[in-house]
Amino acid sequence: MSDAVAPVLRRWEPVIGLEVHVQLATRSKAFSGSGVEFGAPPNSLTDPTVLGLPGALPVYNAAALALALRLGLAAGCTIRRRSRFARKHYFYPDLPKGYQISQYDEPLCEGGAIELVCGGERRRVPLTRIHLEEDAGKNVHGAGATSLVDLNRAGVPLVEVVSEPAITSAEEAAEYMRALHLLVRTLGISEADMEKGQMRCDANVSLRPRGATTLGTRAELKNINSFRFVQKAIEHEIARQARILDGGGAVVQETRLWDGAAGTSQSLRGKEEALDYRYFPDPDLPPLVVDDATLDAARAALPELPMTRLDRFVATYGVSLDDARTLVGDPALADFLDAAVAASGAAGARAGKAIANWLLGDLLGMLNRDGREVAASPVGPAALAALVALVDGDVISGKIAKDVLARAYATGDAPDAIVEREGLRQITDTSAIEAIARELIAANPKQAEQYRAGKTNLLGFFVGQLMKASGGKANPKLASDLLTRLLSE
Amino acid sequence: MPALSRDEVEQLALLARLRLDDDEVERMREDLGAILAHMDALAAVDTAGVEPMTHAVPMDLRPRADEVEPSLPQAVALRGAPDVADGAFQVPHIIDKAGR
Repeated sequence: MSDAVAPVLRRWEPVIGLEVHVQLATRSKAFSGSGVEFGAPPNSLTDPTVLGLPGALPVYNAAALALALRLGLAAGCTIRRRSRFARKHYFYPDLPKGYQISQYDEPLCEGGAIELVCGGERRRVPLTRIHLEEDAGKNVHGAGATSLVDLNRAGVPLVEVVSEPAITSAEEAAEYMRALHLLVRTLGISEADMEKGQMRCDANVSLRPRGATTLGTRAELKNINSFRFVQKAIEHEIARQARILDGGGAVVQETRLWDGAAGTSQSLRGKEEALDYRYFPDPDLPPLVVDDATLDAARAALPELPMTRLDRFVATYGVSLDDARTLVGDPALADFLDAAVAASGAAGARAGKAIANWLLGDLLGMLNRDGREVAASPVGPAALAALVALVDGDVISGKIAKDVLARAYATGDAPDAIVEREGLRQITDTSAIEAIARELIAANPKQAEQYRAGKTNLLGFFVGQLMKASGGKANPKLASDLLTRLLSE
Repeated sequence: MPALSRDEVEQLALLARLRLDDDEVERMREDLGAILAHMDALAAVDTAGVEPMTHAVPMDLRPRADEVEPSLPQAVALRGAPDVADGAFQVPHIIDKAGR
């Protein structure tokens, strides 16, 4: 949270709703056959329907429907078995038909929620709806006082995911975006690359006095095109509105354009022309009916959802919520953990927490240091499971395990082989440890004397000396017990 | 006859991107007023329990398979454009409102 926002939040409660557009990963457009591709030469992916030429008729893409249904089911929405396309009218150069095909009063999905982790707890942000629509083209600034319009993106299938105004902080808004991003990628319905505009966010932000139940006047922020900007743009807007309200002013209901480079927003001053989209059912498109087979197929295509996996990690492996969030946030990490647990044999889920700790700690540290992908780790899931089993079975101590992991990482050798080759097996032979302990007590008579006189915290000194003398191989518990006994003799 | 105000006519003209002169605004005020009067006659019919008819043909949407068909060549796509630059439609400068 930025310093500018913290004091404001004592007086004002932000109320935030997000409208997120997600591009569906189809091969062809929503209503016609031209291809979907990023970075193709401008205006090379169009057809009469995309260009809005007279006589062209739209026919909806079955794959887009299947992908949208997957999201609706995953978010727990009510699926409308008979939904309708509507025309949303506005004039803009990137919209050749003069209207966008969207859904209005009969959207495909209603209700549901996006589940996320924020502030160390599980939360659920309810959705208003998820509806189908088509994308518009793209404008770039041309030479002088002109703009250039590329219609390759026009007609690309989108879903718009509309949340209830139920988000209460910029941080939660950013987590909502991360959770939705992870969800659509896990479902395989979108690449959702924000830099390519495959996932875009508009935010409605208003403030109300803490404790109030009515909503304040909202402003809509557009053009938020990165996770970082979601939080920054909303914090900026919260601070802006608080300044106005604290000064006795009133927030104007308006659309504001976020400028990520400048870190500010500007009003789009569109208000003299009050927005009136004149929605009506698109006469070119009959009602969209979802039959049982289509719905069943979408349901069958659902993988384990990220938050289901997160709950499983917490409940079954005993992993902390924050660690589970980190693991689930990167499917490669979560897959690694599941694979390692599967390789743990009898220990099974019991080994989950220890494996997760090693994975997120030492192993990920080394991978990050070397800029390596988790999937390309020289220590694979089975090797990490083996290392944890060695510690769990008291074959090596945790300290030695760190060295073994580092060696396994460097050489790709199996942890068991390293332990045997380097003779790192923990000394659990009482007589061997006792011999070292006696030598140590004899070599440090002063400390032994002080210990016996009551300075019992010197036990740590002796244990440390013993571990050092044994090359770290003595079983620390055994060493501690033996020293306690011998020092008291 | 329900009279339309000049402001209402001008607002409609703006939404439809029509430039009307004063005489046309006045004429539209009358014409649209007459049309609305006719709508009132329709609105008087009891339609309780009647499903709104939004399509002339009673059929459901038949989706198409997700198959790519050849796109129009760029030159053909741009053929009807009044102004073209760098393979794109060229229009007077607009700020990117980024919104749909």
